[in-house]
Amino acid sequence: MNRRFSWFNATSLTLGFAFLYLPMLILVIYSFNASKLVTVWAGFSTKWYGELLGNEAFLSAAWVTLKVAVISSTVATVLGTMAAYVLVRAGRFTGRTLFSGMIYAPIVMPEVITGLAMLLLFISLGLDRGVFTIILAHITFTMCFVSVVVSSRLVTFDRSLEEAALDLGCTPFDAFKSVTLPIIAPAVISGWLLAFTLSLDDLVISQFVAGPSSTTLPMKIFSAVRLGVSPEINALSTILISIVTVGVISASLISKRNIARQRADEQKALQQ
Amino acid sequence: MAQQPGTRPVFAPWNDPDQKPLIQFKNVTKRFGDFVAIDDITLDIYRREFFALLGPSGCGKTTLMRMLAGFETPSAGTIMVDGVDIAPIPPNRRPVNMMFQSYALFPHLTVWDNIAFGLRRSDMPKDQIPARVEEMLRLVRLEKFSKRKPHQISGGQRQRVALARSLAKAPKLLLLDEPLGALDKKLRQDTQFELMDIQEKTGTTFVIVTHDQEEAMTVASRVAVMDHGKMIQIDTPDRIYETPNSVYVADFIGDVNIIEGTVAEAADGKVGIDWAEGQRKIVAAASSDIAKGTRVHFAIRPEKVAIATQEPADRANVIEGTVHDIAYLGNISTYKVELPGGRMMKAQVANDRRIARREITWDDKVWLSFTDTAGVVLLN
Repeated sequence: MNRRFSWFNATSLTLGFAFLYLPMLILVIYSFNASKLVTVWAGFSTKWYGELLGNEAFLSAAWVTLKVAVISSTVATVLGTMAAYVLVRAGRFTGRTLFSGMIYAPIVMPEVITGLAMLLLFISLGLDRGVFTIILAHITFTMCFVSVVVSSRLVTFDRSLEEAALDLGCTPFDAFKSVTLPIIAPAVISGWLLAFTLSLDDLVISQFVAGPSSTTLPMKIFSAVRLGVSPEINALSTILISIVTVGVISASLISKRNIARQRADEQKALQQ
Repeated sequence: MAQQPGTRPVFAPWNDPDQKPLIQFKNVTKRFGDFVAIDDITLDIYRREFFALLGPSGCGKTTLMRMLAGFETPSAGTIMVDGVDIAPIPPNRRPVNMMFQSYALFPHLTVWDNIAFGLRRSDMPKDQIPARVEEMLRLVRLEKFSKRKPHQISGGQRQRVALARSLAKAPKLLLLDEPLGALDKKLRQDTQFELMDIQEKTGTTFVIVTHDQEEAMTVASRVAVMDHGKMIQIDTPDRIYETPNSVYVADFIGDVNIIEGTVAEAADGKVGIDWAEGQRKIVAAASSDIAKGTRVHFAIRPEKVAIATQEPADRANVIEGTVHDIAYLGNISTYKVELPGGRMMKAQVANDRRIARREITWDDKVWLSFTDTAGVVLLN
């Protein structure tokens, strides 16, 4: 491996990182701006964070968003896992290709169309638009992502583990619950996290199916920005960025430690 | 088998008409689409037997076992265990446990919990489970490893956990699918004896699937040789080896010389086989009457062929040839001898002398000889 420093490597690294992180960096810096004007630096201040905490509208939007994300990603995980299990395990049944195609179609479907279709459905059903309809819509579009993540794990799952469970007296459901699920749990959890994140930052679909009392955070930010970018929004975004950063770093640390421990265990087993 | 007549009664329930078989396959056929995996098999397996299903991969032996476990259903015919048709019984209700080729240990559970897994789902009272698990751990000598996860133990230990787990529920029948395939040769041989020991201790009926003929011969009380979904021969290991019923079995089990020829004379339970121009007929004992002119295969094991530098006087069959190749295997040497007409015949000699004193070498003129009862005459 060539570890030598070269100007070409340094430049491409700098450019790449600048491209990715400069916008966010500017946003974070301006969130500590004392001035009300976004583009004029007037000294360091944390007052926008304080004001954010006092802003009822933002807080209630954050609460709605969180509620929607938790409920919809949980339901989507259950449905998506079930769909993945059937698709991978049931073998060839009539209409299997159609079924699997239909599960994955929403991934490539433009969000505008999904949102519009949902809106039309809710209107024709006479459902009042609000938190409930947002949750339903989010389940619909996140479920297929869960299904993709879980089925890619199930494909490599050793079928004989399930057979062993059946052989030892499990009913098929018990075998799924006490053997399959614990083993594919990491994939199910990442499916849940993916669904959670997608629901958290969805703007387009929510826009279509939301009612007057149910504004999510992305909707709130978007509408606020139309009246001009305020330092408060910068502060809010900085909080979101730090939450995500902490989450990503701790997740990678945990998985790194697990891998190291597993290596050590295997080493120990080999030495006996 | 290590049974000695006189000191122990011979275990041979298959010869006893009063014995009821534990497992009965009655005209069982299994098709996967157009492919016939099992072709009209009828088979009895008795209590306390160590029964081996032997055959090349794809011969249907694993399918046969999976039908016993309940993972496949026969397309036709019935399978009875203890006189009960098991077709309607799902795998979790069968008095049968299986040890999987991949071991299929649950990676998220400790060794202890793996062994307790089946017991927790049985009608065993909760307070008796720990004692049973400890007993199984002692049986496979893994007491010290009960708190480990499967990835924290070695391959041989994993194999023993899998065995303990499948024996914990004290099944009527234990199925072993290539149980030793993943172990290296030395460990495999040790484990074979351990398996026989455990089988004897627990008194469980074992059915083992293997493609390794040596393994089948070592552990089994009876061996079934399969090919293309059919049973070719079911017999004790020694009879499979000494009296194969077909060229296929003779060739599959061990090393063998097969000579094709025509029966030229038949009298007094003996036949003379014409096998090459200008050569003396091979004289061999034949169990059944074979008509003159029948095409037959004469099969003889290399260790039953003697090799000498001088022509032996009093042997029924003597053939002259030149040494073409010598394979030195340490304990034995195999001589590949070219016979007149270009045919090869192998002779095996135990190396009871140091190699430096070996008296036969490449291109030497030698005499091969064997008695008239050393080989078998096969019709197909």
